[in-house]
Amino acid sequence: MSKVVAATGNEAVANALRQVNPDVCAAYPITPQTDMMQRFSSYVSDGQVKTELILVESEHSAMSACIGASAAGGRVATATCGPGLALMWEMLFVASGTRLPIVMPVVNRALSAPLNIHGDHSDAMGARDSGWIHLWSENAQEAYDNTIQAFRIAEHMDIRLPVMVCLDGFIISHSIERMEYLEDDEVKKFVGEYKPLNPLLDLEHPKSMGPLILPDLYHEFKRAQHEVMTKVKDVVLNVAEEFEILSGRRYGLFEAYRLDDAEIALVILNSAAGTSKDVVDEFRKGGIKAGLLKPRLFRPFPYEEVAQALKHLKAICVLDRADSFGGYGPLFMEISSALYPLKERPIMINKIYGLGGRDFLPQHAEQVLSELAEITKTGKFKIIKEYIGVRE
Amino acid sequence: MKLKGWKELTPGAVILEAGNAVEFKTGSWRAFKPIWKQENCIQCLFCWLYCPDMAVKVKDGKRADFDYDYCKGCGICALECPGKKGEKAIVMVEEGK
Repeated sequence: MSKVVAATGNEAVANALRQVNPDVCAAYPITPQTDMMQRFSSYVSDGQVKTELILVESEHSAMSACIGASAAGGRVATATCGPGLALMWEMLFVASGTRLPIVMPVVNRALSAPLNIHGDHSDAMGARDSGWIHLWSENAQEAYDNTIQAFRIAEHMDIRLPVMVCLDGFIISHSIERMEYLEDDEVKKFVGEYKPLNPLLDLEHPKSMGPLILPDLYHEFKRAQHEVMTKVKDVVLNVAEEFEILSGRRYGLFEAYRLDDAEIALVILNSAAGTSKDVVDEFRKGGIKAGLLKPRLFRPFPYEEVAQALKHLKAICVLDRADSFGGYGPLFMEISSALYPLKERPIMINKIYGLGGRDFLPQHAEQVLSELAEITKTGKFKIIKEYIGVRE
Repeated sequence: MKLKGWKELTPGAVILEAGNAVEFKTGSWRAFKPIWKQENCIQCLFCWLYCPDMAVKVKDGKRADFDYDYCKGCGICALECPGKKGEKAIVMVEEGK
């Protein structure tokens, strides 16, 4: 039985964390995540969860405390965004390298300077190579569903890796949407009882964590870490399948929207994909075969599956809400890598949009789809990477 | 010692065998070696107390010789040694001389 509610993204994710009831949560407030963990701390104060909430002095300390609690043998969650995630950077690698299944919602926010509190993907893209599993969410419903599934993925005995669940700052975190909550006992049953792996608090079996590993073994440890990532896709799909039985909502490695017979398509993450799908529908009505691909699992990136989904297209635009200054957008680089092994590839362009919370409007998607339609006629494009929605 | 391949490692580099530092003989780091001169020793056991490793051995409550497998030659024992009548019971000598 599900319950239909009107909730913000932050509210929805805080509720998911309440339903999961982690053993330990160490968090530090930062806009636009603050409201999520403030709600969660109310659950702690009101006795609705048994979580030990550790208030720390920085995000670096928040992740450090989470690492300690997870190593000790607890189910652990935290949340952050933007500069907070950047401050955690060093400890992100410790969490993944130590194979600790910490779950962390990331309310995507731009990085300074100039100082900006609004939504873009620079934060999570900066943590791309941190060894964390990345799940991305279009709306409050997906953020809620992904958070619940994240515990199952992270804690799977073949995986034991931390997972970040990305949702767009303000656009999703602070906007109210219609969505559905699962019942508390359904979520409790779905995530199950936490099973620690080699916990420090198993006093019968003393052990040492975080050792110094020199060049004679470090390379092997990283190779082993890569191997774990190769197993993540199957676990994500299996968890999604179970979640569908419970919720009726279907998840995959990515969402392919009207893509099967499409000739042109947008590849776009998170909330802007929602806007773009409406525009795809408009183009379809006008007889133009448009489609869309919205990645969900960004790390590990499902290169083969994405290539299969996009190979028949004539032209693609990858839209990035983050820039790699002096490089292409980070999502564009992934899609390029996915398509390179194909003998015949679609023409690809890259647009940078919506930095620092700049609105992504239907007209932006229209402009890009029109450009793609033109490219399919001429077979030519003017420039690979370009900013859109920017004043001259 | 045969080094492990990547498939043989414990997840997250956790060391499951407690107390395995004993296998790592750190005495090879030593540049200066402490020498115990029993005739100047008053059995205060300061050296045993101050040794940051466990390189000062005690047998039946009495000072025994150094365990050079783990002594890194830091010299703390020699510094703290009160000795007898102005003569130290521990002196540091350069290795290889």
